[in-house]
Amino acid sequence: MSSIKSRLRQEKIAKILMQLSGISITGSLFLIIGIILYKGLPYLSWEMVSQTPQGGFYIGKSGGILNAILGSLYLATAATILATIIGIPISIYLNLYIKSGSLIAKASKLLFDVLYGIPSIVYGAIAFSMMVWLGIRASLLGGIITITLLTIPIVVRTIDELVKTIPIDLKNVTKALGATRWEIAQVLLKYIKPGVFTAILLAFGRAIGDVAGVLLTTGFSDNLPKYLDEPAATLPLAIFFQLSSPIPEVQGRAYASALVLTFIILIIVICTHILASKQKKHKI
Amino acid sequence: MYAHPSIETKETQDIASSSTPHIQIKDLNVHIDGKHILKNINLSIPNNSITSIIGPSGCGKTTLLKTLNRLMDDSKGVEINGSVLVNGEDIYAKDAEVTHIRKKMGLLSQRPFPLPMSIYDNIAYGPRIHGQRNKKVLTEIVEKQLKNVGLWEEVKDRLDSSATSLSIGQQQRLCLARGLAVQPEIILGDESTSALDPISTQTIENLLVELKKDYTIVLVTHILRQARRVSDYIIFVYNGEIVEFGKTEDVLLNPKNEITQQYVKGFIS
Repeated sequence: MSSIKSRLRQEKIAKILMQLSGISITGSLFLIIGIILYKGLPYLSWEMVSQTPQGGFYIGKSGGILNAILGSLYLATAATILATIIGIPISIYLNLYIKSGSLIAKASKLLFDVLYGIPSIVYGAIAFSMMVWLGIRASLLGGIITITLLTIPIVVRTIDELVKTIPIDLKNVTKALGATRWEIAQVLLKYIKPGVFTAILLAFGRAIGDVAGVLLTTGFSDNLPKYLDEPAATLPLAIFFQLSSPIPEVQGRAYASALVLTFIILIIVICTHILASKQKKHKI
Repeated sequence: MYAHPSIETKETQDIASSSTPHIQIKDLNVHIDGKHILKNINLSIPNNSITSIIGPSGCGKTTLLKTLNRLMDDSKGVEINGSVLVNGEDIYAKDAEVTHIRKKMGLLSQRPFPLPMSIYDNIAYGPRIHGQRNKKVLTEIVEKQLKNVGLWEEVKDRLDSSATSLSIGQQQRLCLARGLAVQPEIILGDESTSALDPISTQTIENLLVELKKDYTIVLVTHILRQARRVSDYIIFVYNGEIVEFGKTEDVLLNPKNEITQQYVKGFIS
């Protein structure tokens, strides 16, 4: 039995530790945003976001990164949509159509845990070797497929966690009304809808920020992405290439590109929150 | 071990023959993860009456209720043997269609669980999935069922607002109306008033008593006084076995079995 004094001391220490970690996390977040603002804002211009790289862009001459902005948006949006379309049915199947304790359920959940943890360079390398084998060159489509594969486990695992929060009785009362499993799934999806938006957001964040997965499969191009079978630029790679330049002008533009990427993610986060809070209306 | 009466005693045969049994359970055995939860259950539940299943926690009363509309099917490690006849049809037969069986039985759970949609849609949901698309008919059903549970006057102006905006007692009545909207023959209540305040509890109890003229009602309850207030028949379950089954006053006032006596007097709970 510990005395009330030592219990209060424990409470105090725990609280201080939590506050410290909270401060350090928000602090580093502000530090990151501060650095990209400080280093990137002076180089951010309308030209930067409205033009493709002109001749000599990478030695500091005129042009912009519209190719990479559009490339990233196309790639991340397509991959997220595909991952959602494929991922949601998988998680419904795993949670509603297979008995929870069964070997298949356990094995597939383990599999998705592993897939979730595999670094994107591995996805990129495997997709790249497949593409070489099939004789396909680096292209927007190659990138979309790779990033879709990378984000499916995120959607499946996040929704899986959400399904665990559904009260068993909600499932039972829906069953008792004579609903089929597919109809039950629709009710349950409605129940977890705000969380599903979060899952999609996480997938989009991973998709738009990934470098290693697109490096080998999507390539890079100074042209605007127009065709699925042509290489396309992406923002993370644009940042990477510009940052490796010794020219200060180009390095500054790397930070400006990072600023654009962060801004896109911010917009997506805000939109998701608005959508999710509108959906909360009927939540139990 | 105690000696419990065989359930096919003269008395229970009387109960069964006094009115046609709606639900008949034959040699039902349920194992969960190898544990014998329900043992050799044989039972006839009469029509148009309220039958309460009572017994100490963990005795298997909820499992017994859930086997009646096959809610145990999807749980892991569950093995069910024997048969449950509803209107003479075995719901555990290989070709039995499970959604059709469940439609026949409304379930009122421990806590109200409105579907994540509006008050109107909560009631309309059941008829809709069973094929009713006519908006006018649906609206009639919603009104009729809300009146049925005495909720119409309270919610008629806000049918489009979320079902969760209702108080918990209103939610439970909504859930009852939702169950009735699919036109079941049987109502199953799983400690349906345990989350409610005394007034809401009374409202639900009165509703159930009123509904028994049209439905066969089976309730699980751990409140003896409730069982006494509402039920016509009582099943006392102990350790997965039916110890006593009979008319309410017989089981509660003159229990034949020693275990039942102890439970009724409050020595075991």
